Amino acid sequence: MKSIMFKRTYSYWFLVPAGIVYLLIFLLPTILSFFFSLTRWDLVDWTFIGLENFRMFFREQSLAIGFQNTLIYAVVTCFLKVVLGLFLGVLLTSKLRSKHLLRSILFFPTLVSTIAVGIAFSMMMHPSQGLINSALAAIGLSGPDWLGDTKLALLSVAFVDVWKGIGFAVVIYIAGIVSIPTDYYEALQIDGGGGWHKFWSIIVPLSRPATHSVIILSFIGGLRSFDLIWTMTKGGPGFTTDLIASIIYKQYQGGFYGLSTAGNVILFLIVAVLAVPLNMYLNRKEVER
Amino acid sequence: MRRVRVIGYETLGIAFALLVFGAPFYFMIVNAGKDAKGASLLNMEWPSSPQFWENIRAVIEVRDYLLVRAFVNSTALTLFSIVFLVLFCAMAGFVLQRRRERATPVYEFLILSGLIIPPAIVPTIWVLDGVGLFKTLLGLILVEVALGFPFSVLLYKNFMATVPREIDEAAILDGCGGLRLFFRIIMPLLQPVTATIVVLSSVTIFNDFTNPLYFLPGARNVTVQLTLYNFQSQFVTQYNLLFANILLITIPPFILFLIFNKRIVAGMTAGSLKA
Repeated sequence: MKSIMFKRTYSYWFLVPAGIVYLLIFLLPTILSFFFSLTRWDLVDWTFIGLENFRMFFREQSLAIGFQNTLIYAVVTCFLKVVLGLFLGVLLTSKLRSKHLLRSILFFPTLVSTIAVGIAFSMMMHPSQGLINSALAAIGLSGPDWLGDTKLALLSVAFVDVWKGIGFAVVIYIAGIVSIPTDYYEALQIDGGGGWHKFWSIIVPLSRPATHSVIILSFIGGLRSFDLIWTMTKGGPGFTTDLIASIIYKQYQGGFYGLSTAGNVILFLIVAVLAVPLNMYLNRKEVER
Repeated sequence: MRRVRVIGYETLGIAFALLVFGAPFYFMIVNAGKDAKGASLLNMEWPSSPQFWENIRAVIEVRDYLLVRAFVNSTALTLFSIVFLVLFCAMAGFVLQRRRERATPVYEFLILSGLIIPPAIVPTIWVLDGVGLFKTLLGLILVEVALGFPFSVLLYKNFMATVPREIDEAAILDGCGGLRLFFRIIMPLLQPVTATIVVLSSVTIFNDFTNPLYFLPGARNVTVQLTLYNFQSQFVTQYNLLFANILLITIPPFILFLIFNKRIVAGMTAGSLKA
């Protein structure tokens, strides 16, 4: 009797609207992508061509460069967000009177359109007239061509990504640092430890859950990143800053739907192969502690 | 002496933060008020004869009031996506938390995988096309709902765990059915999460560029992010209008930021620390 009542009250009908949308628009396409990545496809007809699309991805220099760039981009942005996020998080939980103002200033870019940020920074990075190089020139340095230099362009965009996303990392760190029980600091004071001690032996280890979140979120975000690189360089100069996500878009635009979908599958596999074990590794460390 | 040093550091910190984080915004603002020639210099000087209103009016009038249509589309997209997202996810979170069964881990796995798997673009287009929703606003709304679902449903599910079951039981004893229990009693209790999701998703969806780019192509259907992107190549000689556009589309998130700063921060941290 009770169980009938229970099932009627918490009916599975409640899951149906969300379930249908999620199944149809997200899960189904994800499953289909594995099939369509093995085809030559024009949205109406498909020819099965086996692993040809994937082979193409590894063979063509203009496609293969995407792996390398995506990894560099994800690692660089993730690393900088962790280091700067932790540093700024510590700074903004200290006794600074202006910390609330600073937090807001740091956080605001997170909410601004990526396209707007991308456009503004492209102009600020203009090699001769841009603000950054004018500022460098004023102190006697000659700045590089930030977005035109094939070796530098990817890192320049990664820098803008960090600028825009750091507020989020800082906010997570602040939440993590604030939740550290004050007993630890008191114990340290009794033992006579200094500022460095406090940082290395209390804040760093005890804010590990925050580090964990920042690493996972920014790493996955970096691997999937598209808007910013597309606004700032469109993968150029040449193909030197193409990420997997921008290659997916280019192949889609070119009408190579099978190849584009193969890119999606590759991105999926990279996220699964790198991010999932990374997450498990970080989780294990947390349990051990 | 120590006080002086602290104040010195603090001033230095603020100055640095303002320089790194404020200068780009200042740059956007001043250039939105210049004439085309002034803006092409790309410098930080305050416009000699500010013409903010003229620029804003000019950019709105471009291509037969395209930007107005974009604002209407983006607003509709954001509003409807959020209504569906909130309703669907609250319902799902309610049942998923209350019913613990053998299948629960499967649902949880499916939800968590949605947080990390990049959406498969062309197959999604194929599915949308198959049901006649490709290139329609409704289609894009469903995409936003599907992609926002994992995060929002987790927030609702976690919050449901803090709502005592005794409330449900009392309502059931009073003869409440599932629907009435949910809409009359549970939904109002979920209000804090709903507020968080509304604020966070409205920023995300309003700022979304990638999904409109793929799923809502065509000049009639533009959203504000798409127009800005298109103006980038159209206004190579009129940066002032480009910046006026940037200024316009930054206003909505800025207002949200002023009002809901704390809630946005709290929602983001709650969501990310649990996930």
